[in-house]
Amino acid sequence: MSKSHVTTTINGEAAEFLCETQQTLLDVLRDVVGLTGAKEGCASGDCGACSVLIDGTLVCSCLVLGVEAEGKSITTIEGIAQGDHLHPIQQKFLEHAALQCGFCTPGLIVATKALLDENPNPTETEARYWLAGNLCRCTGYDKVIRAVMDAAAVMRGETV
Amino acid sequence: MTSLSYAAPTSVDAAVKLLAGAGGVAKVLSGGTDLLVQMRAGRVKPEIIVDTKKIPGIIGIREENGAFVIGAGTPGAVVEAHAGLNKAWPGIVEALDLIGSTQVQGRCSLAGNLCNASPAADSVPALYAAGAIAVVVGSKGKREVPVEQIPTGPGRTSLGKDEFILEFKLPARPANSSDAYLRFIPRTEMDIAVVGCGISVTLDANGVCTAARCSLGAVAPTVLLVKEMADVLVGHKLDADTLAKLDAAAQAAAKPISDKRGTAEYRTKVAGVLARRVAAIAFDRAAGKATGKTH
Repeated sequence: MSKSHVTTTINGEAAEFLCETQQTLLDVLRDVVGLTGAKEGCASGDCGACSVLIDGTLVCSCLVLGVEAEGKSITTIEGIAQGDHLHPIQQKFLEHAALQCGFCTPGLIVATKALLDENPNPTETEARYWLAGNLCRCTGYDKVIRAVMDAAAVMRGETV
Repeated sequence: MTSLSYAAPTSVDAAVKLLAGAGGVAKVLSGGTDLLVQMRAGRVKPEIIVDTKKIPGIIGIREENGAFVIGAGTPGAVVEAHAGLNKAWPGIVEALDLIGSTQVQGRCSLAGNLCNASPAADSVPALYAAGAIAVVVGSKGKREVPVEQIPTGPGRTSLGKDEFILEFKLPARPANSSDAYLRFIPRTEMDIAVVGCGISVTLDANGVCTAARCSLGAVAPTVLLVKEMADVLVGHKLDADTLAKLDAAAQAAAKPISDKRGTAEYRTKVAGVLARRVAAIAFDRAAGKATGKTH
């Protein structure tokens, strides 16, 4: 079986890989490219642990074929921090202890980034609905939402 | 490992040739939110995946003299961000918005939801109620098909092996027209309809219904277009008597099975209740009283 050659951009850098048709973007990121931040939870688009951005749109990478990445720009959790500096969303997840086991955290942070890029000043209800596709079995979500609302305030330049 | 090939043709003709030429199962890929799950579960084993998203016009929305054309593969998030569609067809927008999570909304499409042919598909009752027309392309050219003629049973459609949907046409709206969709689920997000109901109406200046289309989801092997519900509405205001008759017509049309989401008796009862609620929203919107989302 011949593999497809895919040319794409991952976290702002040109990238290329070989993959088989049935490999999902999540498979490719983890097993071919070596970016293991995105996690496989359900592999059916229900849990959001594999969330990435494609051309700025939030998707489950388990529901995208690797070959579909051709010509696209992919952002993963590895592309969220600026060098050694955590993104405000990451910082607030830490400060609010918005995680326990951490398995859902990469997906939640990428999904939160997409939310705040589109809506810098969400209501708590909007944040909860936006993140309804990111399941967390540890936190009960309240700490996550507090971190999201706090990060949004910081990113708007408000002192918290 | 069986070999699975992939193609992303940039024209309708090239896509149709690939579908027609496949020896085994060929699957059309739009958003993939159903297809990839089914492939992983081993329920479909295609020989080739034809990704239609690079065909010009298959993603995007255009307005033509009050009528809308929605590209078949347009993601839900793009439809929901379109101001004109929100104004003219709030029922379709809110129905599509109920599918899955934000992540799924970034990919899921009207054509995928229709051709997956689940009786519980959320956007499909709204499309039936709207009188949407599917523009189908294939080896024999282009044909226009009312959406209610596409699904033929759970997971089955009337499309030929070499056919796929290029776009949907929504007719221009007369004055005082609107639509609404509600589904019942035991929580507020991330679930599949126990019952769904879509209603589109046109009113006269006195609030009397002059045209209606009504549909029910998840109460039969396919989504149902229910003429008996529309007949109850036309010629009447939405008073208590009309609501009672609509409720009865919806219950009479519902032919559900009992499963983990609800018993047949429960679903039948809920079909009547939802029909009342959806009609109230659609009539209010058509009369200009409310345009907000219902969820």
